[in-house]
Amino acid sequence: MPMVLRRCTLSERPAALAPHFDDIAQQSEASHLGMWVFLLTEIMFFGGMFTGYAVYRSVYAVAFAEGSHHLDLVLGSINTVVLISSSLTMVLAVHAAQVGQRQLLVGFLLLTMLLGLVFLGLKTVEYTHKFADHLVPGSGFLYAGPHARQVQLFFSFYFGMTGMHALHMIIGIGLLTVLVWLAWRNRFSPMYYTPIEIVGLYWHFVDIVWIFLFPLLYLIGRH
Amino acid sequence: MAQHIVSRQIYYRVFVTLLALTLLTIGIAFIDLGGYLNTIVAMTIAVGKALLVMLFFMHVRDSSRLTWVFVGVGFFWLALLLSLTMSDYLTRSWVAVTAW
Repeated sequence: MPMVLRRCTLSERPAALAPHFDDIAQQSEASHLGMWVFLLTEIMFFGGMFTGYAVYRSVYAVAFAEGSHHLDLVLGSINTVVLISSSLTMVLAVHAAQVGQRQLLVGFLLLTMLLGLVFLGLKTVEYTHKFADHLVPGSGFLYAGPHARQVQLFFSFYFGMTGMHALHMIIGIGLLTVLVWLAWRNRFSPMYYTPIEIVGLYWHFVDIVWIFLFPLLYLIGRH
Repeated sequence: MAQHIVSRQIYYRVFVTLLALTLLTIGIAFIDLGGYLNTIVAMTIAVGKALLVMLFFMHVRDSSRLTWVFVGVGFFWLALLLSLTMSDYLTRSWVAVTAW
């Protein structure tokens, strides 16, 4: 009787192990590869925007440098540091899960969320300034000078790319909320913490996108 | 993976290096290196930072070879996208086109 056989083997298996995997290591490897495949599609998604940016910047180099001067370098730099710090707290959360320190795990996950929210808060301040300065592309865009149309194009890229990045941050904070809930309910152990690692991969990927956005948007033509 | 635990010291060192590289890239942006050099330096630093994050924070360094292949393939396609597109746009001015 196959049903009886299956029930017997299930009782010997760890609770976190899905029935279609041989062991925890195989299950973890499958999860990691699956996440990397998803991140590859994300690389190509952002890659399309980066390529579009590269094309237009190569054509309108002067206007892009001019537009870059209107971005807030101080807030952008602080946000870069905030995001790198959140990557550190995220990897420390993974470490806490590996050694089975539940309170540290919850603490670092909350800290990562907090840093993510600080990033989004500062981004909101920046966006608000751009609205006040009429630098948001569209009918409200006001800019004096010979390169007005091309500067508007720069700001289209700025809002498109940082907006998509911010959306990913919001999704990441949502995922972290679920992890905090699960960690608080003691659903992870040194044996099984794959969701922490997978969300970590996502969070670090979003950090990497910003690592490229920051110099490409804020730092061009500063000299 | 479930078995490999990296020392926290390594994470702190990577973090400090990332902060230092951020300061470096901001500093260099204010120096005129001439031509495309500013962009090349900024992108080199960004690639270095991204590699640090991937190798240490994303644990690619301790991952299976199959994971390395997956990551490599992703950046290979991105490189194709960028290089083939830019090989068009950056070379258009080499040929004088008078009329379409």
